[in-house]
Amino acid sequence: MNSLYSRLRGTAVWRSVFRSGTGDTNLHRSLTVQQNIFLHLASVKIRRRALEFGVTWYLGTLSMASFVILVVTGVLLMLYYHPSVPQAYADMKDLQFVVSAGVFLRNLHRWAAHAMVVLVFAHMFKVFYRGAYRPPREFNWVVGVMLLLLTLFLSYTGYLLPWDQLAFWAITVGSNIISAVPAMGAKIRFLMLGGHTVNANALLRFYVLHCVILPLIAAVFLAVHFWRIRKDGGLYTGDKPRE
Amino acid sequence: MVDCIRGTSPVSEPKDFRASFDSDSQRTPVRVAFVTRRTTPHVTKAGDDRVMTNPDALLRVAVAVMALLIVLVVVSLLFDAPLEGLANPLQTPNPAKAPWYFLGLQELLHYFPPVVAGVVIPSLVVLALVVIPYFNVNVEAEGFWNRNGERKSILVWVAVAALSAFLVWFSVYAVLVPTLVSGGALIVTAAAPPQDKGFGGWLRSKPLPFWIMTWFLVVAITLTVIGTCFRGAGWSWVWPWGEL
Repeated sequence: MNSLYSRLRGTAVWRSVFRSGTGDTNLHRSLTVQQNIFLHLASVKIRRRALEFGVTWYLGTLSMASFVILVVTGVLLMLYYHPSVPQAYADMKDLQFVVSAGVFLRNLHRWAAHAMVVLVFAHMFKVFYRGAYRPPREFNWVVGVMLLLLTLFLSYTGYLLPWDQLAFWAITVGSNIISAVPAMGAKIRFLMLGGHTVNANALLRFYVLHCVILPLIAAVFLAVHFWRIRKDGGLYTGDKPRE
Repeated sequence: MVDCIRGTSPVSEPKDFRASFDSDSQRTPVRVAFVTRRTTPHVTKAGDDRVMTNPDALLRVAVAVMALLIVLVVVSLLFDAPLEGLANPLQTPNPAKAPWYFLGLQELLHYFPPVVAGVVIPSLVVLALVVIPYFNVNVEAEGFWNRNGERKSILVWVAVAALSAFLVWFSVYAVLVPTLVSGGALIVTAAAPPQDKGFGGWLRSKPLPFWIMTWFLVVAITLTVIGTCFRGAGWSWVWPWGEL
């Protein structure tokens, strides 16, 4: 199995994709990180202590993992979903009774969404209590707060999409709070809903926000967030630098 | 390093060293290289406390991701996402609830006018979170009671009493109770001996930012739980297990 894998890594096609080459030296291991557009956001080496469970509880990793699960299940759900009234609700019923594993797909998306909100909050509190927000990591903390807000907006916009009573009235309650903003509350609410009440326009707007605009913004912020971990000196371990 | 010893000829004619400064030395940290005769700058530290990202970190990340995926898959197999009837603008459920993470705010809406509960308070919370690292907030500073205990104790009593009076005035008991609990804990830990190795000593080693954030956390959790489980028709108080 191992030799098969090394032979695969030696093929011309593989080497054209991954330039790091074959071999298990630390140089090759460095190159696999450094030469990969996604992995290169991380440094080649990491403090041993930063990998201990107690330091981070892996909450940032798990937040990102739930985001990935949500993107995958979300794209699959988009194949069965029409953002229109009342077809959106009929699509929920189709997921339930017609689509193979449709219920499972929707369940996974729903629970992963709740998990992400919880994990992102937990991540924030963990970072605070460990003191990891302090300079030089102060800007990354601000990026993190933005990501928390994006997480809430993503979850909130997704909440409307099933177009059932739960969705409709939750968004009605939430959007009524917006109209309490002094002077321009009603205007903001109209912009958000595309009307004076939660209607088909609101569904379409929330759909576009949920599936396109907010995930793209979140992806950009996530890239900055990870890159800044590295630029700000790696994960905070609380250890004094050794002499 | 070459920049710093610019002007010398490092190869021939070995000199002990000469340091010079860049024009932007005011802004960049000054680095001075000491290259003494017949020695090379080399790393003296033998042990490196760092490991390779590949595979050490990537493997752990993969395990964490898979653990989460397994948990979520099991939950998804066991519990179905809620789906009620088709949205009907003419039929308002009672109570109509926002998603759970906004139920803390909706609970506040029960006590304060919408502009306070829905706009001012969340804006202040976000603002407070953003400015934390810019205001020298140090959660690892020394314990709150370590110095000036007498004077601080008066301040704490006054602050907790004033906040409680305000909350009683507006009948915000859902915030009053967690405020009294966390404020009371702060006051009680003043009596804990500094050498205490247990929970009391741990609490006593915590500075003010810890206490403020913990108060916020306890209040947020209390409000969210009350809004989620303890509120029924007309936002009246109900027990999650029904009438006994």
